[in-house]
Amino acid sequence: MLRYYLKLGFLSIRANPALSALMVAAIAIGIGACMTIVTVRHVMADNPIEHKNDRLFHVQVDNWNPNDPYREPNEPPEQVTYLDATALLEAGRAYRQVISFKSDRVVQPDDEEILPFQELVRATSADFFAMFDVPFKYGSGWDAEADRAEERVAVLSKAMNERLYGGEDSTGRMLMMNNEPYRITGVLDEWRPVPKFYDLNNNPYEDPEAIYAPFSLAVTGQWGSSGNNSCWKPPEEGGYEGYLASECIWIQMWVELPTASDREAYTQFLDDYVTEQKALGRFPRPMNNRLSTPEEWMINQEVVDDMVSVLLSLSILFLVVCLLNTIGLLLAKVIRRRNDISLRRALGASRAELFKQYIVEAGMIGAAGGLAGIGMTWLGLRGIENVFSDYDFISYLVTMDWQMVGLAVLLAIVSALGAALYPTWRACSVSPATTLRIQ
Amino acid sequence: MDIGPIWRAMLRNKAGFILIALQMAVTLTILVNAFGIIQENSRKITEDSGIDEANTFTLASVLYTDYEREQRMALIDEDLDLIRNVPGVVNATASNSFPLRQGGWSMGLALEPGNQTAESVSTAIYFVDEHGLETFDVSLVEGESFLPEQITWDDPETNTWPAYGIITEELARQLFPDETVSYVGKTVFINDNDPVSIVGVIDKLQSPWPNWSAVVERSMLVPQRRASEFVRYIIRTEPGMRDQLMPDIEAALAASNKDRIIRDVMTMDETRKLAYVGDSALIKILSFVVLLLTIITGLGIVGLASFNVSRRTRQIGIRRALGATKPAIVRYFLIENTIVSAIGLVLGGGLAIALNIAMVEAFAVEPLAWWVIPIGMLILWLVGQIAVAGPARRASNITPAIAARSS
Repeated sequence: MLRYYLKLGFLSIRANPALSALMVAAIAIGIGACMTIVTVRHVMADNPIEHKNDRLFHVQVDNWNPNDPYREPNEPPEQVTYLDATALLEAGRAYRQVISFKSDRVVQPDDEEILPFQELVRATSADFFAMFDVPFKYGSGWDAEADRAEERVAVLSKAMNERLYGGEDSTGRMLMMNNEPYRITGVLDEWRPVPKFYDLNNNPYEDPEAIYAPFSLAVTGQWGSSGNNSCWKPPEEGGYEGYLASECIWIQMWVELPTASDREAYTQFLDDYVTEQKALGRFPRPMNNRLSTPEEWMINQEVVDDMVSVLLSLSILFLVVCLLNTIGLLLAKVIRRRNDISLRRALGASRAELFKQYIVEAGMIGAAGGLAGIGMTWLGLRGIENVFSDYDFISYLVTMDWQMVGLAVLLAIVSALGAALYPTWRACSVSPATTLRIQ
Repeated sequence: MDIGPIWRAMLRNKAGFILIALQMAVTLTILVNAFGIIQENSRKITEDSGIDEANTFTLASVLYTDYEREQRMALIDEDLDLIRNVPGVVNATASNSFPLRQGGWSMGLALEPGNQTAESVSTAIYFVDEHGLETFDVSLVEGESFLPEQITWDDPETNTWPAYGIITEELARQLFPDETVSYVGKTVFINDNDPVSIVGVIDKLQSPWPNWSAVVERSMLVPQRRASEFVRYIIRTEPGMRDQLMPDIEAALAASNKDRIIRDVMTMDETRKLAYVGDSALIKILSFVVLLLTIITGLGIVGLASFNVSRRTRQIGIRRALGATKPAIVRYFLIENTIVSAIGLVLGGGLAIALNIAMVEAFAVEPLAWWVIPIGMLILWLVGQIAVAGPARRASNITPAIAARSS
């Protein structure tokens, strides 16, 4: 019977090509508008480190102004001071711990043809690569010993290695930055977390840094932070040393705590640390430490722009308009076929059978709308890419995965079936006699 | 024509009309809210930054060789000398940032010394020398420009803030809401305890952050020169000279010292474009959505009206046979559509206000201007009338004879 209904549906769709095209187009455009925004939002809100979400924690301690919280209502500062970062790293109470910041350096390529250029470098403690599962193509990172010894070493991203060394294994070679030679210990493989969860400051969708060097070395070399720097009171002394000793926050800190008991112990340790610091006259605010998973941290930092949510609500309403449109057109079609329906009823078709027939037809329109909707979504994403072409990271936000393609088809079929319910019910409620009588 | 019979006829076939009314309601909801956002963003991206944007460009000098402080100071002096002596350059200054750059330095200002409180007013900081005002093309509405002896180099050993400042009128109003006569000579505190005496008030100068939730026009010029490795030069040229001078000055600076690189050579037009990428993209997206939506709603009305016409062919034929004129038939459909539109648009007006209230609460969206909803209603009513006009004309062409012929 299903094949017969499919055939009937096909015939009916072909009998009214303009109307059918309008319905398919309405569903496709509605789905396209909706799915474009849903897809962008899906990528923006993705968690690239989901597999470690239950064991990585962003660390916050509240060293802020007693009169004024860092952010209302009572949010602790987003980054930590040098004093706290190094003290917590030194204590070594977590399975892994990372303190890092980004800084601008000037790279001087060996190749005289390439002019020196400025590049963002991540100054980080050694655990960064293991903690965030950063893949290596050649070599490896450095170890805690290299951190302590302030070894002049560096890790390059895949793209930077291609730019400087044509993609060959460059481990062991010397990289010149700010007139100082760094021994390359490793080259990363493709690594592009979206969002850049480990440092959401400035732009959560920017590329990860292309070069990595030890934190301790960076501080000795007096590197400034190119990220956010905030102070609630001025440093007591001038210069870089004064900044290190200040209450200014500029370092991102993460810890890896594999088990719940580790987490509990670390929470206790942070409390103890702050209590101790309070005794020394720091931390004037009430105790307000926080450990956030990557997901919690991205939500806290609102990585998904408000405007995306505004667009999402408008695009859902847009789909509603398209569906109302489809309901109206289907209804018109049903009313027009009254005679047909009552004839079939008079010849013995049950209401259930009629219902099946029209739902199959609506399902076909839905499927067609869904397929066309995937095309519309693709067009929509190209449109988004086009209007945001000045953002070099936009191409990472407009990619559709299979999950989204499936969702588009599902949404289309559910929408079409939902839209078909009322008109189909109206069709089934046509009594066998009424229309025949007019004839 | 009497609305009564039309209304009663509509009641006999409610579903189709309810659907059209609902569709118009939701369309209006989207239309006016999208328009509100478009309007808000258009206003934002065309806002004047206060500087001579058409004739200004900027670049950064990044020193990567270890220089003594005196050497760094000398390099900045040499650079500025070089730039200012290029024919066609009006003036130039070294600063930490400039309007629309999306990165800069902000500080809290307070009326009393001591730690910042919630009452402190935050402001963007631009460090400038005595050439700053002319370079930024800001004019004093009150007070004086900086005197040469007020301009000092930063002292790496202390963090004491310079004792003078020039602020925007907007910032002055925020700091001293009750002052009506003069802001010059007043003192504010920065860096907790450092007093700053206001020597001048300028008309307008945006902060570096176009999306700053605080007011974008809160800026303070600080008479300090900073001997850092990273320096931004802001260069204002004679009208029409900018594009010609940009590559020349970049090359001259690059050639004058090999221990640094020159980067971020950008016109203010480019800076502005980059600062508002998101906002102008949103305008484009929403305009497209509004257009598409209007077309879809219009087509839906055409489709349904066509069906109504073909379904009522016989009825229309009878009316024609009974003496109804062609215009009377057209009028029937137009009035019918007006009734549906009226119901849908009143409902839509309510929905639009509800959505707007929700968006204002949840997101940083401004409330709608009062006239947007009536205008939106008028436009959608017109769209409905235009959409229904075609099928209505076809209906009026039905001959009275059809009444006798069909079934």
